[in-house]
Amino acid sequence: MPKRDAPPLQSDLIQGTLDMLVLQTLVLGPAHGHTIAYAIEHRSDDVLQVEHGSLYPALHRLEDRGWIASFWGTSENNRKARYYRLTPAGRKQLAQQTGRWDQLVRAINRVLRPATE
Amino acid sequence: MPWLRFFRRRHWDDIRSRELESYVEIETADNIARGMSPQEACYAARRKLGNPFLIREEIYRMNSIGFLETLWHDLRFAARLLRLNPGFAVVAVLSLSLGIGANTAIFHLIDAVRLRTLPVRNPQELAEVHIAERHGASGIFTGRHSEMTNALWEQIRDHQQAFSAISAWGDQTFNLAVGGPARNAQGLWVSGDFFHVLGVQPIVGRLLTPADDRRGCGATAAVISYSFWQREFAGDRAVIGKKITLDGHPFEVIGVTPLDFFGIEVGRSFDVAVPICAEPVVRSVDTRDVIRLDRRDAWWLAIVGRLKLGWSIARASAHVRALSTSLLEATVPPDYQTEDVKNYMAYRLGAFPAGTGFSSLREAYEEPLWMLLAIAGLVLLIACANLANLMLARASAREREIAVRLAIGASRSRLIRQLLAEGALLAIAGAALGALLAQSLSRLLVAFLTTNNDPLFVDLHPDVRVFAFTGGLALLTCLIFGLMPVLRATRTSPGTVLKSSGRGLTSAPERFGLRRALVVSQVALSLLLLFNALLFTGSLRNLLRVDAGFRQDGILIAQLDFSRLNLPKDRREPFKQEVLDRVRVIPGVHSAAEGRIVPGIGDSWNEDTWMEGSPAPKATCFFSRVSPGYFTTLGTSMLAGRDFNDHDTPTSPIVAVVNEAYVSKFTNGNSPLGRVLRVSVGPGERAPSYEIVGVVKNTKYSDIREEFRPIAFVAERQTDKPDQFSNVFIRSSVAFRPLVSAVKGTLAGISPDIGIDFRVFKTELWNSLLRDRLMATLAGFFGALAVLLATIGLYGVMSYIVVRRTNEIGIRMALGADRPMVVRMMLREAGIFLCAGVAIGTVLALAAGKAAASLLFNLRPYDPPTLAVAIGALALVGLAASLVPALRAARMDPVTALRDE
Repeated sequence: MPKRDAPPLQSDLIQGTLDMLVLQTLVLGPAHGHTIAYAIEHRSDDVLQVEHGSLYPALHRLEDRGWIASFWGTSENNRKARYYRLTPAGRKQLAQQTGRWDQLVRAINRVLRPATE
Repeated sequence: MPWLRFFRRRHWDDIRSRELESYVEIETADNIARGMSPQEACYAARRKLGNPFLIREEIYRMNSIGFLETLWHDLRFAARLLRLNPGFAVVAVLSLSLGIGANTAIFHLIDAVRLRTLPVRNPQELAEVHIAERHGASGIFTGRHSEMTNALWEQIRDHQQAFSAISAWGDQTFNLAVGGPARNAQGLWVSGDFFHVLGVQPIVGRLLTPADDRRGCGATAAVISYSFWQREFAGDRAVIGKKITLDGHPFEVIGVTPLDFFGIEVGRSFDVAVPICAEPVVRSVDTRDVIRLDRRDAWWLAIVGRLKLGWSIARASAHVRALSTSLLEATVPPDYQTEDVKNYMAYRLGAFPAGTGFSSLREAYEEPLWMLLAIAGLVLLIACANLANLMLARASAREREIAVRLAIGASRSRLIRQLLAEGALLAIAGAALGALLAQSLSRLLVAFLTTNNDPLFVDLHPDVRVFAFTGGLALLTCLIFGLMPVLRATRTSPGTVLKSSGRGLTSAPERFGLRRALVVSQVALSLLLLFNALLFTGSLRNLLRVDAGFRQDGILIAQLDFSRLNLPKDRREPFKQEVLDRVRVIPGVHSAAEGRIVPGIGDSWNEDTWMEGSPAPKATCFFSRVSPGYFTTLGTSMLAGRDFNDHDTPTSPIVAVVNEAYVSKFTNGNSPLGRVLRVSVGPGERAPSYEIVGVVKNTKYSDIREEFRPIAFVAERQTDKPDQFSNVFIRSSVAFRPLVSAVKGTLAGISPDIGIDFRVFKTELWNSLLRDRLMATLAGFFGALAVLLATIGLYGVMSYIVVRRTNEIGIRMALGADRPMVVRMMLREAGIFLCAGVAIGTVLALAAGKAAASLLFNLRPYDPPTLAVAIGALALVGLAASLVPALRAARMDPVTALRDE
């Protein structure tokens, strides 16, 4: 059974972050796993290296929670692929997570660079 | 949601694996586009993705419910193991289902008569009102729940404040037939609010209301039950307005109660309910000419009410208790003596929960049923011990496998679960089969308790409690026989087991200490059950052998009802005389006589009497009215004086015959012949007096179990209150069936309007021992079963020990031990088990005997001979069971035994 209550802070941060990134990627429109993985890498200027395999359990979890929905489609080079799109619940979740992320970053920054603030 | 996911986990795995393949394809294509060779591109894509099986597994685990998943695996594994060993599986499931079935059946009955509430609206609001402790009540008692007189009921009805509605009811068997052989219907007398109190709605017509229950109403309205409606009227909706005849009086059917309403008495069902105001018209066969509605000393009603909102039982009880004195004052029976009035005024009313209904069945059988449940529970325990032993043997066969698995890192809890699954599977199968079996067994039990004249009705629909009980039993048994071997198998350290594979000469004793303990407890429990069985069968044997003082065989009782003939009082006794004379000349009839009381089956009539000219105080004496020839017919010998004869007429001196108990109680053993017996009556009445003309041997009066009571027999022909009923005792040497038709023919020749009901005296007495027969039969059965199971257990363990000690025995024989020595050695081992078991069992048996004491007749609960027989029998059977493996050990060829490594 997937755990729904909060896991330890660190993994929560990482897992939550990946979820947020996936959701953000899908804002632009439906995409399949391959595209999502590359999109995250590209948009972070390859700083964030997603292990492509680990993306799929994340996608499954997000779908299970009803934040994204999936369907079979055809990829750019004419192959069958599983596409994901953002659901209204996912959109709401993204806004929430982004807000929390911003808060977190600001707070960490305040701690790390008290002088410049 | 998680559950849905669980059942769709394969579907999702399929989608995800295809999705991962599509990733590899796309990435490969991209890689080729980037200029890699196809082979290289594919490898790179797979590297990028990582291990797809791990990913799928992660997703699968996400969907799965780990516990369920492994449980399913364990169960399948266990099923495979059991399939490999079908003999064990069959024995285990059968013995469990028998044990669980027997327990469930008995519990089912307890549930039905004790725990279940009535199928009416809000049964928890129902309460009964009765006299909390009614000592020394006198008067006329009729029905199964003779708690109240009508006068008291009316007072309570008019003065109580605790109940929103209150009602009285009584029971009676009515005769539906008009003349000829009787057809019985189970009747209820009910006051107007009865159905309102219970909240029952009619399915056809209407139910009785207070308007139907008015003084002097006569035979008017009757409500019939659903089953009676189906039986007598084939469920015809046009039944309303039709007439039914109850004891010769036509009542109009006004309504039908619903299917699930069986009345207020658990264990019975009613056929017809009539208002109590009709009682003066119909009257009771038991009370003959007495109108109970007006008699303040006629106890024939019970009271049930629905509590007002916010009233608790305790508050209602306090309320009616406070009312007691004034209500009792207003209802003192005028015939009561000073002593009786004192008793009467000391009564206090109380309110008691009635949500589970009234039940004489419950009073009689609750204790035996709980005891039988305990007995059946112990049998199940013994069966579980056997299974545990078998499981232990299987577990030791798998010892090495388990040790290896532990050694390579299997978790102990996972192993325990896997081993437990086998037990769980057996327990579930046993419980399922047992639940089915219980359905038939509980019906069989009810059939056992039902007699012709006493039809039982027990609602045997299983409810939540029964299911929970069966489930609980399954769980418990599984834990008992499944867990024990499992814990032991996984407790041992793998190193020890693996090292000991080279087999030492003997196994360390603690290696099968658990099995010894199991066998000892089996022997102990089976001794307890065997002792119990012997006690109950011994008690029944005592009851059957007791000298009742009268003959039981070959006596037919014809219960006659002349009321349809409307004979004037002075014609009644001559008419009965004529009937007797006609019956006496039927071929095959040795003698026939009339007797008011049928002895041994609960009838009773008692009065306060004293001897004229004796200083001794008044005392209770029991009465019966008999015709000449009664003692000859029943085979009771005259000890002194004479029997009644035809010269005892209403105009001659009024005479009586007394028994030995009377003589020792009232005349100190001196001859009572010629002395005068006086009966105490109410003020103003003349006390009847009887001249004692004969003494007969003691006979039982209303119960076979009782001590002999003082009895005075008076002459039927000399009664000043001749009634229209008669019990004719007919002794004959012909079979009952032709005799019955001959008597029917003779009576029909006198008048077709005579109502007849035949009883076989022996059967009646046999039925009065129903409870003892039930206990003896079931305890006997369970006792035998327990001994059988324990014997099998002992045999199994002894065989196991022989196998374990093969080497040792081989060496001993090689060194010169002869066969008898080996047999003695093995029997000594078995003897230790038996002795330990018998010692513990004796303590248990003595403790349990105390609980059974109240159900025993003429037998002490610690009866030493019985205990000795039980111990002796068990020891004999046990030794015989151990002799087989012992002889097998002795027959061993030492060379083979030693080579058998």
